[in-house]
This record gives sequence, C-alpha cells and structure tokens, in this order.
Amino acid sequence: MIRSIRACKTAADERAVVAKECAVLRNAFRDNDQDYRHRNVAKLMFIHMLGYPTHFGQMECIKLIAAGSFPEKRIGYLGLMLLVDERQEVLMLVTNSLKNDLNHSNQFIVGLALCALGNICTAEMARDLALEVEKLLHNNNSYIRKKAALCSLRIVRKVPDLIDYVMVPATSLLTDKHHGVLISGVKLCTELCQVSEVAVQHYRKVCTAHVMSLIRVLKNLVVSGYAPEYDVNGITDPFLQIRLLRLLGLLGKGDPETSDNMSDILAQVATNTEGSKNAGNAILYECVQTIMSIETIGGLRVLAINILGRFLANRDNNIRYVALNTLVKVVSVDTQAVQRHRTTIVECVKDSDISIQRRALELICALVNVSNVKTLTKELIDYLKVSDPEFKGDLTAKISSLVQRFSPNKQWYIDQMILLMIEAGKYVTPDVTRALVVVISNASELQGYTVRALYRVFQAWNGQESLGQVTIWCIGEYGEMLVDHLNEVEGEEPLTVTESDAVDIVETVLKDTRVSSDTLAFCLTALLKLSSRFSHCADHIKALIFEYKGSVVLELQQRAIEFGSILSKHTDIKAALLERMPVLDEATYYSAKQVEMGVDGNQTATSEPHSNGHVAQPNGLAKHLAPENSLIDLLSFLPDEQPSAPDKSPDDSLLGSLGINTLAGSDIMTSPVHPSSSGGANMLLELLSLGSSPAALPVASSQESAASVQPPSLKSSLLDVQPPFAIHKGSSLTQDVLGGQPHKSPTSNADPFANLNSLSMPVASGENAAHTSIVAMQTNGLKITFEFTKPAGSPQTTIIRATHTNLSSSPYTDYLFQAAVPKFMQLQLEPASSNFLPANGDGFITQIIKATNNMHGQKAIVMKLRVSFKSNGQNNLEQAQVNNFPAGL
Amino acid sequence: IRFILLQNRQGKTRLAKYYIPLEDSEKHKLEFEVHRLVVNRDPKFTNFVEFRTHKVIYRRYAGLFFSLCVDITDNELVYLESIHLFVEILDHFFSNVCELDLVFNFQKVYLILDEFILAGELQETSKKAIIERMGELERQE
Repeated sequence: MIRSIRACKTAADERAVVAKECAVLRNAFRDNDQDYRHRNVAKLMFIHMLGYPTHFGQMECIKLIAAGSFPEKRIGYLGLMLLVDERQEVLMLVTNSLKNDLNHSNQFIVGLALCALGNICTAEMARDLALEVEKLLHNNNSYIRKKAALCSLRIVRKVPDLIDYVMVPATSLLTDKHHGVLISGVKLCTELCQVSEVAVQHYRKVCTAHVMSLIRVLKNLVVSGYAPEYDVNGITDPFLQIRLLRLLGLLGKGDPETSDNMSDILAQVATNTEGSKNAGNAILYECVQTIMSIETIGGLRVLAINILGRFLANRDNNIRYVALNTLVKVVSVDTQAVQRHRTTIVECVKDSDISIQRRALELICALVNVSNVKTLTKELIDYLKVSDPEFKGDLTAKISSLVQRFSPNKQWYIDQMILLMIEAGKYVTPDVTRALVVVISNASELQGYTVRALYRVFQAWNGQESLGQVTIWCIGEYGEMLVDHLNEVEGEEPLTVTESDAVDIVETVLKDTRVSSDTLAFCLTALLKLSSRFSHCADHIKALIFEYKGSVVLELQQRAIEFGSILSKHTDIKAALLERMPVLDEATYYSAKQVEMGVDGNQTATSEPHSNGHVAQPNGLAKHLAPENSLIDLLSFLPDEQPSAPDKSPDDSLLGSLGINTLAGSDIMTSPVHPSSSGGANMLLELLSLGSSPAALPVASSQESAASVQPPSLKSSLLDVQPPFAIHKGSSLTQDVLGGQPHKSPTSNADPFANLNSLSMPVASGENAAHTSIVAMQTNGLKITFEFTKPAGSPQTTIIRATHTNLSSSPYTDYLFQAAVPKFMQLQLEPASSNFLPANGDGFITQIIKATNNMHGQKAIVMKLRVSFKSNGQNNLEQAQVNNFPAGL
Repeated sequence: IRFILLQNRQGKTRLAKYYIPLEDSEKHKLEFEVHRLVVNRDPKFTNFVEFRTHKVIYRRYAGLFFSLCVDITDNELVYLESIHLFVEILDHFFSNVCELDLVFNFQKVYLILDEFILAGELQETSKKAIIERMGELERQE
C-alpha cells in the first residue's frame, strides 16, 4: 500500500488510493477479520500520518489491545497512541485493559502498557491507575522502573493531588545505579519540585543525604573515565548531568546551606568540562543557569559570566544564541559584568540570523544607560541602514525608546531622531513623532537649529511620512528662523534659505503622491502660518491652498476653505491668529502618556515639570483661534487623540467654525456702523465666548464637544486667547458693547454678546470680606486689591471684590479689567462700577468676581489678570498672574 | 518536549508525535508552520527558532528535518544533542538509515521513539540499551 501511495504523482491520485484503501479497511473491520487486523491498523496509521481521517479505526485498536498476544498488543497500543488523543471517550474502554497489562507477568507487556499510559494518560486514568504505577516503581526490572517513573511524572502533571503517592518512591530512584532509571528519577523529582513547594522542602530536609548523593553521582560523571555506553564526544552522559544540574538548581534556590554544599561541584563542572563540543557546551550552559539560580557567592558568578563571555566569542551561532539568552536574564543581577561584552553583543545585532538579532537587541536595550547611550545609538543607527526590512520596525521602535529615555540633552535627541527618521521614516510611529514635536516646542533655543537641520536633510527626502510631518510642522511654526538664522547653535553650518525656498519645500510635499492626507493637512496648516510671516510669498501660498478647495478628502477641503477665508476676508486678525503655537506642555503630555502606557518611571526623567501646570503659558499665548478645527488639529499632534474634523458632520463643523464667519459677514451687511471692524469683532466675540467658558455656555454643539475633549493645555490656551482680542476691539461699537450696553448690538448676536457681558463687565454689589484681602496686582500706576467672601453653603464658590486704584498722576479712561482661570475653575465677572479711574488714588472702581473652584480642597485658586486703559491718550496694557490667594478658597 | 516532527524538504511529515493534546486540524497547521519556519534557514543560522510561545529546535540530516518543540526555558543545546542521539540510534537500527527506511518501517520508528522518549521526557540515554531492547521486542513477535 505504501508503495502504491508513493507511486501517486498528484494529490488527487493519492486521495483516490487512500479512499480505496479506507474502504477495504472498513470492510475488513466490519467482517471482524482476526488474522489481518494488526496489519490493517498499521495501514490505518500510515493513512493517519498522511493527514486523512481515521476515526473508524479506533475501536480496532482497542480490540487489539484486549487480544492476548504481544505483537497484537504492540500494534494496538501504538495505534492507540497515534490515532486517539486523550480527550476522546474511547479511552475509558482501555482503562481496564491497561490495568490488566500493568499487572501482567511479561515485562514487555507491562512496558507497553506503561508506555501507552505515559503518552496518553487522562486525569481519570491517572486516578485509577496511580496505585499500579506506584507499585511498579519498586519493580526489580530497571526497564520497568524507568518507564514507571516517567508514567508517574505524567500522572502528577495530570493530577497534582497524587503527588503524595510518588514522593517517597521517587526518592529511592535517586540512588539507582542504572542511568535510564536515574535520569527518569531525577526528572521526576525535578517535576515534583516544580509542582509543589512541599516537595522541595521534603527533598531538602529529608534528603540532605540525597543532595550529597546527587552531588556524588555528578562528581562520578565528571571525573569518571571513558564509559562507552553513555559516551557523547568524550563526555559521559551529558543528558544525565544536565538533569542533575537542573535539579540541584531547584533545590538550591533560596536555600544558602544547600547552595553552599553544591558550590564545589558546580565549580568543578564549570572548570572541568571541555567546551569544544556541543555536548560539553550544553553542560556548561546548564551549569551557568544553575549557578545563577542558586544562592551563590560572587566567585562562582564571575566564573559563570566568564563562561558566557567565552560562549559569546564562539563562532557557532547556537552557542552565541544561548549566551545571549542567558545574559538577558543575568543582566539585572550583574550589569557591570555584562557591560564588558558590549561590543560583542552589538556585533550580534548585526548577525544575519533573526533569532540572534532579536536576542541581542533585547540585551542591548537592557544594557543601555545614560553613559553609553551615545555610542550604542550610533551603532544601532548605522546598522539600521543595512538591516533587513522586516527587522527595521523592531529596531526603530527600540532605538526611539532608548533615545527618548536616555538622551543626555535635547539637541542630541533631536539629531538622533532626525537621523532615525531619515533611515527608517516609515517605521517611526506617530507616538514618537509627537514626542519629538513636544520636545522641539519646549526647546526654544533649539528651534532654529532644528528647523534648519530638518531643512538640510529634507533635500534628500524620500517619502518618509514621519520626517515629512515633523519638517512641515517645524517649517510652519518656525519658518522665519530658517530665513533669518535665529538662535544659531555653535558649529552649525551657515545656511541660506529664502522665503520661497521654504514654501517650495512645503509644496514638494504637497505635490508628492506618496504622502497620506494627514501629512497634506499638516502642509496646509503650515502654509497658512507661513503666509503671515512670508509676505512675499502670500499670493503663492494662497494659490496653493486654493487648489485644495475641491479636494475629495473632507478634512483637506474643509481646511482649504477655512484657511482661504482667513487669508482673504480676515486679514486684520490674521497675524494674531497665526502666531506660533503655545509651548506644548511636556508635563501634561507625559502624564497623559503615562496613563496610557502605565507608569514608566524613566520617562519622567526627561519631562520637566511645568511650574504651574497648564495655567502658566509663559510666552506667546495662543492666538490661533481661527477655525477652531485647525487648532484642534494642530494639537492633535499631541497626546490625546482628539476627534478631528472628519468625525463631525460637515454641517456641524462648518457651523461651528466657519459658520461664525459667515454669520459675522451677514451682520456686516446689516450693521450700519463700521462694517469691517464690527464684523471682525463679532467673530471675535463669538469665538471668545466659546473659548473662555466652554463649560458654562451652550454654544454650537460641535465646538462644545470638541472643547470638552481637549487636553487641559488646549483649554487654557483658549482661555489665554481672550486678552489679545480685547486689543482688537478698536471700534466704538465693540467698546460700547463691552461697556455694558448690550442692546445696541445686532439682535442676531445678542446671545454671545450677553454672554460676554455677563462674563466680563458686571456691576458690583457690596460684599463683606471674610478672608484677608490681598494685593492682586501692583504696577507703578495701578493697584488692584482683592477681598474675599464665601457665601454660606457653597465652599467651592468665592466672591471676590476687586478694588482698582489709580496711583499715577493722570486719569485712566476706557478702563477694562479681565480675568482668566484654569479649567478646573469657573469665573463670572459682574460689571464694573465704572470705566473711568481718577488719578492720584482719588477714587476707585469696584468689580465683583464670582469664582467657583471645582477642585476645592485639592487645588488652590489661580487667576490671570489683564487690564487695559487709556491714559494721556495712549493705550496701555498690564497683565499679571495671581497665585497668592489665601489658602482655603 | 511538546511534540516531535520529522519532515522532509517538501514538507511531507514522516513522523509526528505529540505529547500535548491537539485537534487534527491544529496539528496539520502546526506541521505546516514549523516546516515553513525551518526549511528556509541558512545552515549557518542557529538551530533554534522561537515559535509561538515555545521554541523549535531543529536539525537537518540530508533531506530530513528533525524538529522538537520545547519550553522556552529548556536547555536548547541538550535537545539538539538528543536529536543527534536519536538519529544515531536510527542509524544503528536500520544500519545506515535513509528516508525510505523511515517511510516503510514507520511503526518501528515510533517504537524506537517510545523507547527513547516517554511522556515528553528523555527515558534512556544509552544507545546500546535501546538497540538491545528493540532486539528483544522484535524477538517477541
């Protein structure tokens, strides 16, 4: 039959032959053919091995087992082991036959039964037959004893409760002379020790003598001369030696006394074993593992690590592999010793075998620290250039995490990341680029350097997504530094770039077919930003943006249209809108990341805690109110994945952001006074109302939701946005409006205006001071004091009475006081008592501020103030941050 | 040891012994995957490959791959050595073994394996003992 199957040329032929054979076999089984049964079952096994179903034959095996003669039983058991697996119920039927055979007088039949039991024993069988097996452990025949030992092993694995049966008999196996029995016995003991701590105790306590005897056996093996029967390349029975070593390791773990006893023999094994052949190395390897697992003195450890060092230098890859593998485990115990082999390990990363590469890379990552990160990273990045594509992903991830964790300074970090993006741009994850952008934004003195470095490498850009995004972002933000050489770092090559060169870069990316729409969105935003700084190129930029008005990607189309309208309609606010982004808050970023990834202590090392959390946005303030989306998207670079525009329905987002513009536009039509400026102001107001109290005001739902998912830093930047807009309120209309005359405003805008008023200009009514008052702000001409009262029943709320005094010699007119608070607070400003402040402290303005601290008891109140006024016909602006509020507010 | 596979270069399984319970379909998938993993490796490479959560230790003898799947913590070198011992035993038994011997006497190969490894553990390390034992068993038939 085998011959005929082998003769088959095609799979179809083979199937036909097998089908025919199966039919014949079925018939034979049905006819209860006694004579050929075992041959039939043998055929069946072959068919099974070819991968055809053979369930119909299972019963035949059982019949064979029940038969009397040895050959039949033999085939029967073999068939049983192959065709039936332990989950099938047929096995229930075999239990009885097995029991009979275990008690059989013929040692060969007992051997067969034990063998079958060892291979397919189920939990029930284990319970039923444990006693028989235990009896056989004491059998005179070594052949039976070793099989019984391994059967017990299987039984204990299946039913750990049965451990008591075998513990004592297993001990006696350890003194056996026969190698087969010994190796099985040692394995059994090892298994017992792994399963139960009780067993470990037992062997340690009762068998100190046995530990000694184990050691003696091992010693004999090590020093004994040539033993032909067990010899493997001149080493006597390495298998047994390894088993013994492993058991010793288990016994010595956590027990100094036992460890002490065995240290001599371990040293002996480690020094006497010859490492030129595989068998010898296997023993050395196991010996090292044993040494590492027991409680040893330093000397032995050093010996072990030296052995591994020798392994590393070995030319055989197998040996190197196990060395690396063990070093990974050892590195936590003794980093110093492993560091010595660093160069060799780096070489291993470059090996062509993926098994070795992986291990070596893992080991390297465990080895890197602040002192060697520079050299190791350089090595790894060099290697990245030549490595397999499939390995690059891993390697890139590891390098970037190393660079992030151990970078000695930011410039180095930025350099390395740029290199990494050049080499393996497509493997750099968005997470990593985000982290990079945060770092760049925080390193104000390196921004110029970074953008120039990026510009330089970008000449050789080859479609790497991450490099594209970071470069475009940087050009957008810091484009002018490219042109005017700000913040040159020592040793930097001079670079001449014109404005149009910078725009050209963006254009290249924009026109490149390889980049994703995400990157295109980056480009559009960058262009918009550049338009305010590079006045020569404004028209070119406009044209570029307009091209995308018809884009099929909603996100791009929307941006193009929004940006287009900013460029063409709102030139007066454009400059303010398009200023640089606020510094991205590292602390927030990393804390968000840590929440995401679970706490990783090392990361905080690189993040510099921001003094005042999100309240303090030291410079620049965010003025990109503009379409709020663009802000969100700019920030979507950042930690939290915010839903970007495409998530919303187009209607919503248009209404939310651009809708404001058009609304404002229509007001311009109807409004008789100063159309342009009032239009601008309307929009500002609307945006203001959105920005400053997202929680309090019911505004366009999409923006509301967008605002509520923003990270704290974004919120506060929106809050900070408020003041600059006040400066723009040049027109009389807005001043009137802000001055507390809401009825003059166009009806369609009544809502936001009212809101704004309620926010900023309320009238004061007296309150008693219950807390000590503070001086909130004092400049050479102006003093503002705060007095506090707490309304009964609401500890979160504080009523602040602000008193403004003019200490200068000239009166202030158009006096306007504004305040902003962080996200966890809410603020309500009632109208001021007046907007005129007489000179020389000759009078004062009072204003009531209602502050609600939602995190009362956890965070103290902080507030940012801004005051604008006219004195001597000049516009003045003062701002301050108040954080000396009395405790308990 | 979780399973032992003998495969030729085309991926035909010549011997498969599982010490863990598996569905037939799962077994076939596994055999296929192990073969694919092992067959393309350069002779200079290590004889160990990580496979799912375990390790495959393989060794090539002419056109046959002997693969053992073991736990990740096991001593790889000793299993490599035991593959060699197994092959030596086969070689002795069939006097100069070749693939065809294994195909036509597959049940004998299984019997040898059962004398060598039981319940997934090495049972006997002496080549002589196993050969003698096989002789005795043959005489019984």
